[in-house]
Amino acid sequence: MTIILTSLIFAALLGAILAVVIGAAAKAFAVEIDPRIETVTDMLPGANCGGCGYAGCADFGKAIVENGVPPSQCPVASAKDAGRIAEYLGMKAEEKEKVIAVVKCSGGISTTERSPYNGVNDCRSAVLVAGGAKGCDYGCIGFASCARACPFDAIEIRDGLAVVHPDLCVGCGKCVDTCPKNLIVLVPASVDVHVYCNSPEKGPVKRKVCKTACIACRKCVKAADNEDQMIIKGFLIETNYDNPPISDLVEKTGCPTTALRLASKHAAGAYEGVSK
Amino acid sequence: MTDNILTITIGAILVNNFVLAKFLGICPFLGVSKKIKTALGMSGAVVFVMTLSSLVTSVIYKYILSKTFTVAGTEINLTFLKILVFIVVIAALVQLVEIILQKFSPPLYQALGIFLPLITTNCAVLGAAELSVQAGRGVLESTIFGFCSALGFALALILFSSLREKLDLAQVPKPLQGTAIGLITAGILAMVFMGFSGLV
Repeated sequence: MTIILTSLIFAALLGAILAVVIGAAAKAFAVEIDPRIETVTDMLPGANCGGCGYAGCADFGKAIVENGVPPSQCPVASAKDAGRIAEYLGMKAEEKEKVIAVVKCSGGISTTERSPYNGVNDCRSAVLVAGGAKGCDYGCIGFASCARACPFDAIEIRDGLAVVHPDLCVGCGKCVDTCPKNLIVLVPASVDVHVYCNSPEKGPVKRKVCKTACIACRKCVKAADNEDQMIIKGFLIETNYDNPPISDLVEKTGCPTTALRLASKHAAGAYEGVSK
Repeated sequence: MTDNILTITIGAILVNNFVLAKFLGICPFLGVSKKIKTALGMSGAVVFVMTLSSLVTSVIYKYILSKTFTVAGTEINLTFLKILVFIVVIAALVQLVEIILQKFSPPLYQALGIFLPLITTNCAVLGAAELSVQAGRGVLESTIFGFCSALGFALALILFSSLREKLDLAQVPKPLQGTAIGLITAGILAMVFMGFSGLV
């Protein structure tokens, strides 16, 4: 009986002493933190993607409160969310256009000449060996370095080609940094028409290795309402993102190689195997 | 004395490695070994906490728990309370360290921050205290044992995480991808460390 009592008292005493010590320490060494930082961090999406340029959402929340960084710098938060944070802090909300990533290549395994490659399954490794596994020196390698880097699982590798899903992509730009071919660009999300080719080679050279390359036939330039809407850059045509064409253009043009595509349909797989 | 310390050092780091020979602390070993950077942070926190907790628990054991005293005519020895006391003391200690660290060294708190609460009730930390008691070590030897055991843990964790970073790029058969190949690698690593047995 005495043993039970003594051990009970001992345990209670130990607990009480430790509680007092910790409580006293918490009081004595209290660090004052701006309570707004936590609230703002909670209001952020919590994706920790680093797209804002800070080390995670908590760090960005701190920067918003302490340095007055605009909340709209977060690529994930919608304009409404950013506005809510700005309102909470009494800041002026800034509108920022939403961007998404586009992989400027349409050459899958079935439409591209491919050379054998048995190395590490990573684009950056493959690039060290004769510029990758595909015949085109400028196209997507398809070993998913970008898909692994994407914190939102917005990139799918289909038929050896990286395809961005526009509805999942938030435009953080993580993939842009990983692609060794510099194929991925951030474009305004409102534009749906893109040229899925990046090769500056002449048309016939491109066609030899890829069925879906842009051969600069200028059909799309002529079909556009305004000649300015598509820009000709050497042997490659590009959407003018400052003066974008409407989505109808793809159908009106009837691109002979299907390099001109709608991002939404491209992600849905509508162009697979349709090259002429 | 020096001979004994050398035995403890080599024994704790290589021969009786906490993770690979005693299978203590497997949870963080698998959990935070995906990247070398986090593994380094975790190792730092474990070394810090295990050294400190070994010191404190051995002092408590030596001067309170192992003593026999008389209460109301009955002889009482509270040794049987050691696991309970050790857990509470270690948890409180880590909490205390965290509070103090946050005040005086924000960069270190940032670096160890996430890992400190994770190891409050880590079995490796408790194991170091318990094993020292079982082996009847003194305060100094217990502290050295705790420190070296943590170094052994750090060695295993860093070795394993660097292997896992390489594994990420390897072509692993589908059924073995992820944790499965991690566990196989850990098993092979443990077999490698069996080569040290008999050294001490």
